[in-house]
Amino acid sequence: MDWSLVLNWAFVIALFTAAIRLAVPVLLATLGEIVTERSGVMNLGLDGVMVVGGVSGFLVAYFLQGGPLAGISQWLGLLAGAAAGMLMGLIVAVFAVTLRADQVITGVTLVVFGHGVGNYIYRQQFSSLTARTNGLPVFEVPLLSRIPVIGDILFKHDATVYITVLLVLLVWFFLSRTTWGLNIRSVGENPGAGETSGLRVAAVRYGATLIGTALAGFGGAVLTVVQLRMFREGIMGGRGWIAVALVIFARWKPELALVGALLFGLADAVQYRIQALSQVGRGAGTIPYEFLLMLPYVLTILALLARSNRRGQVQAPEVLGRPYVKGEL
Amino acid sequence: MTATPEPIVTMRGIVKRFPGVTANAGVDFDLQPGEVHALLGENGAGKSTLMNVLFGLHEADEGEIWLKGKRVAFRNAADAIRHGLGMVHQHFMLVRPFTVAENIVLGQPSGRAPLLEDRRVVEKRLAALSQQYGLAIDPSAQVWTLSVGEQQRVEILKALYRGADVLILDEPTAVLTPQEWTGLLGIIRRLVGEGKSIVFISHKLGEVLAASDRVTVMRDGKVVGTVATRETDKQALACMMVGREVVLVVPKGESQPGETLLSLKNVSAESDRGLPALRDVSLDVRAGEIVGIAGVAGNGQTELEEVIAGLRSATHGEMSICSHALALGGKGEFCGVGLAHIPSDRYGMGMLRDFSIAENLVLQRVGDEPFTRRGWLNREAMRDNALHLVADFDVRVPSVETYAGHLSGGNAQKMVLARELSREPRVLLAAQPTRGLDVSAIEFVHRKLVEQRDAGVAILLISTELDEILALSDRIAVMYEGQIMGVLDAREVDVNEIGLMMAGQNRSVGAGVEAL
Amino acid sequence: MTAVKIEKARTGQSGALPWLITLGAPLIGVAAGLFIGALLILLAGADPIKAYTAMMNGAFGGKRQIEETLLKTAPLLLMGLGLTAAFRARVWNIGGEGQYYIGALAGGAIALNFADQWPRFILIVAMLLAGALGGALWAALAAFLKIRRGINEIISTLMLNYIAILFIEYMARGPMQEPGGYLPESAQFAAAARMPALSGSRIHIGVLVALLMIPVVYALLWSTPLGFRLRAVGSRSSVARYAGIKVERLILFALMFSGGLAGLAGIIEVSSLHTRLKGGISGDYGFSGILVALLGRMHPVGVAVAALFFAALTIGAQSMHVLYQLPVTLAGVVQAVVVLCVLAADAIAHGKLHRGQ
Repeated sequence: MDWSLVLNWAFVIALFTAAIRLAVPVLLATLGEIVTERSGVMNLGLDGVMVVGGVSGFLVAYFLQGGPLAGISQWLGLLAGAAAGMLMGLIVAVFAVTLRADQVITGVTLVVFGHGVGNYIYRQQFSSLTARTNGLPVFEVPLLSRIPVIGDILFKHDATVYITVLLVLLVWFFLSRTTWGLNIRSVGENPGAGETSGLRVAAVRYGATLIGTALAGFGGAVLTVVQLRMFREGIMGGRGWIAVALVIFARWKPELALVGALLFGLADAVQYRIQALSQVGRGAGTIPYEFLLMLPYVLTILALLARSNRRGQVQAPEVLGRPYVKGEL
Repeated sequence: MTATPEPIVTMRGIVKRFPGVTANAGVDFDLQPGEVHALLGENGAGKSTLMNVLFGLHEADEGEIWLKGKRVAFRNAADAIRHGLGMVHQHFMLVRPFTVAENIVLGQPSGRAPLLEDRRVVEKRLAALSQQYGLAIDPSAQVWTLSVGEQQRVEILKALYRGADVLILDEPTAVLTPQEWTGLLGIIRRLVGEGKSIVFISHKLGEVLAASDRVTVMRDGKVVGTVATRETDKQALACMMVGREVVLVVPKGESQPGETLLSLKNVSAESDRGLPALRDVSLDVRAGEIVGIAGVAGNGQTELEEVIAGLRSATHGEMSICSHALALGGKGEFCGVGLAHIPSDRYGMGMLRDFSIAENLVLQRVGDEPFTRRGWLNREAMRDNALHLVADFDVRVPSVETYAGHLSGGNAQKMVLARELSREPRVLLAAQPTRGLDVSAIEFVHRKLVEQRDAGVAILLISTELDEILALSDRIAVMYEGQIMGVLDAREVDVNEIGLMMAGQNRSVGAGVEAL
Repeated sequence: MTAVKIEKARTGQSGALPWLITLGAPLIGVAAGLFIGALLILLAGADPIKAYTAMMNGAFGGKRQIEETLLKTAPLLLMGLGLTAAFRARVWNIGGEGQYYIGALAGGAIALNFADQWPRFILIVAMLLAGALGGALWAALAAFLKIRRGINEIISTLMLNYIAILFIEYMARGPMQEPGGYLPESAQFAAAARMPALSGSRIHIGVLVALLMIPVVYALLWSTPLGFRLRAVGSRSSVARYAGIKVERLILFALMFSGGLAGLAGIIEVSSLHTRLKGGISGDYGFSGILVALLGRMHPVGVAVAALFFAALTIGAQSMHVLYQLPVTLAGVVQAVVVLCVLAADAIAHGKLHRGQ
């Protein structure tokens, strides 16, 4: 492999720009799951939620982009993704909060359900994989994007990237500085304390789950509507599961989720670039592209290992995954 | 009494049913303004349920409630709080990672919603309340760093901050030393002085007599009677509580201690959070004696129990059972050394709810003959074993194949006791053996323990119920913050001295080594 | 304390009611799932009755169809049984797919290298053992991550899934590619390396192996001390540990056992159906296996019925596709909905049974 192709500014800029972009869907899902898990609900169906959000967003964007609403069709698609995510979230909440079913089993089943429904809906509408959405244009932030290197990397993205960064701040603020955030956090640590303080634990958990799945659905839609601009089976590539792992890596804090997602984005970006550069195939001394594709998954395991050094896993919300019976305290 | 003023709280004909049991069967209760009214009864009598109904946590199936002369029906705690009720639960309802201020503000409308209330506003108000009631606390401290007594004060402040006129205290002394209890008494007097009315739930006669103006005794979901405190005494109350003459002492003869069977030398260990939980603990228990570990909950008793049972590793020290030195690696490998263990956490350590009683009764021995024969489980043998034990230990069950989760607390504990004693131990570790049990079950367990002692078993009894320790032990060791403060002969014990040790004073020289 | 408070013996609740629920919940679930499937069929513009009839015919309509259904049942059954043992210990092995692939790889390596050197009996046995071992070892990786570092096995087995799938794709395209071929697949397995079939039909010994595992898993779980301990760990691991049970070893066993059966399914399928090592050989058995175990209430007999049901749905969906242009993924949707409904029914029943406890 020709290393001189890699060690130059153009490559580095392209790499980090891609890393930021690729981090967005996973980051959104991670943010959403952080909110959900802080309230004590473990939504392992995240991957399924992303698929449902992705397919819904794609369909809405695609079918509207030829008509009178073409101008905002992509945005409507993104909103549809969030809404679809919330619908899935309703199912998650009913099982986890009202029915008090085992959250692990329910989550895994919902992933299969989400994939199945998503693929089915797509296949119903399309017989091929050639449908494409228009995507969103890159918006160069005035002035800031002129800064050499940094400006290229940080300020030349489409709107969803900027929105996502904003959302990181928003989620942080929401959790730590508002009464709703306090309620959510209390219910995930000691629901009895919440109930005896007058909170309706179930309502808080429903809210947290719906917010979380809306974000995840939005993330799935970003991937299909804006980034890849298509949909096919398996398009999520396990991002929902990686998000679940990133929540642990981020110690349930939005700020650290940003770091984790960027690492993932970087791994994803590396894999694309090197694949493009190196000679794929029977050449000697090249890295087989399958191993590059493995990078994100290996990285996820390493990230979890990094967090597990001390005795006892990281401090999760105290009652994560445990259903609550009203009046049981 | 003549010309009683209008009660501030009146409950009439309260009925509350849960699947399988009627917790309150037509209960009448009233609270006069400015009084301390104790609700007395043993575990399961229905006292907590009644107050949970008042506080809106449960909805009564039948009956009526009046508050300050008006009929009320609370659908949840928020309702009750709005009407001026406050409740301090036995297990604190505090969010440990939060600060004191955050805990107090939880659920309260914020002046600048949706943002959290301004910290300074909260602190100002808290300071005023602290001053008024003598409850000093640091609003920015995180709750998990506070002592149990301080946490209780936070709970009380929480109720006051929310404008409570009526305070319900549920078993407030379970976690206090005798000295802290005196402090709480003072706080109660202060509250009453400022016009609050208090309901005080307890199963401890001494406290009820010390703190209250009136006592209502409950038994099996019904009210047995209400008396003025100064017109009654321990014996009368106990009789009302249980319905028969109560023997408050366990009959036992002198102990004849033999060789040392359990020996701990300089054992230290850490808690789950990495803080020191046991410091240099040395202790000996001889055959034929009961050594009781007294102390307020949270001073290392659980860690001590776990280290001895092999569930927690020690950072330091040695232990030997029946003269066999044991590695304190916390790997749970202590089966077969002659140690049996009645765990303090019945459902988390002692038994499997989803397994049948027969299966539970052979939990540690399932791989041995006769329960496993040539690699296969021998269910016949398990069944026979179970039938014998269930009869011997009076465990009331329809069948030994019933799920253990369906047993009542008393029967479950008897099952655990049966299993442990059937292993024919030489050393018995009994931790909180009668927690949550009714009187007849308590008597049964105590009798069995004394029987084992007389048969030459070395018994280490860990209990937060001082009465139990005093009644059963031959020698008493007091634990405070992971250290043995002293070992006393039970025959010459002075409750005051023990109380001081439980609070950290009065460490005797050379404590922890065999005394007397 | 309130949670420990209301403890009086319940009368008469030892036997009957739990059994009713164990059987009732799946039936309700199946009915609900089929109902929702019918709605989806309607929405797609077809007649549900006709579609379901086509499905039944496609699955059971003739000797060939029944064989096809049984052949598809075998791998589902193997994976479901393995997961039954693991789930009973509350070890959530979600990586069946990856273990299946690694098993196919291991067994395939034997097949490609020794087919013409070893007598057939030895060859087949070696392939099966290699498959099981491969799957078991792959799952063991996740076990070590959990035991040594407390890493959640759901995530680790899942990540290993993707890694395994990619690895096999690499192997099929590279080192193990058919010499002189262009496609990313291995050489075809010799006839001797294919699963021997019963005379006169296409049913091969893999089906028999799967059926054999039903009583094996049953005996394991309820008639051996090992099974007792597995179930104890699944019931409450803290209590099991206190009772001297070596929880870590059982976690390792649970993962290796379920991984081994998944690997077995892999080699059986590859050597009988695909006859080559390549990508895309799993047909999503990994996740279907999980659903089968859940639908079968984690009991060997239930799992057998569930596996048959899932296989019938999948085979039948192909007929529905051919006749009525319904996407084959409909089967997957129905399967997932069925399990969701079962879980809901189960949770409701448990709620009624244990409220207040």
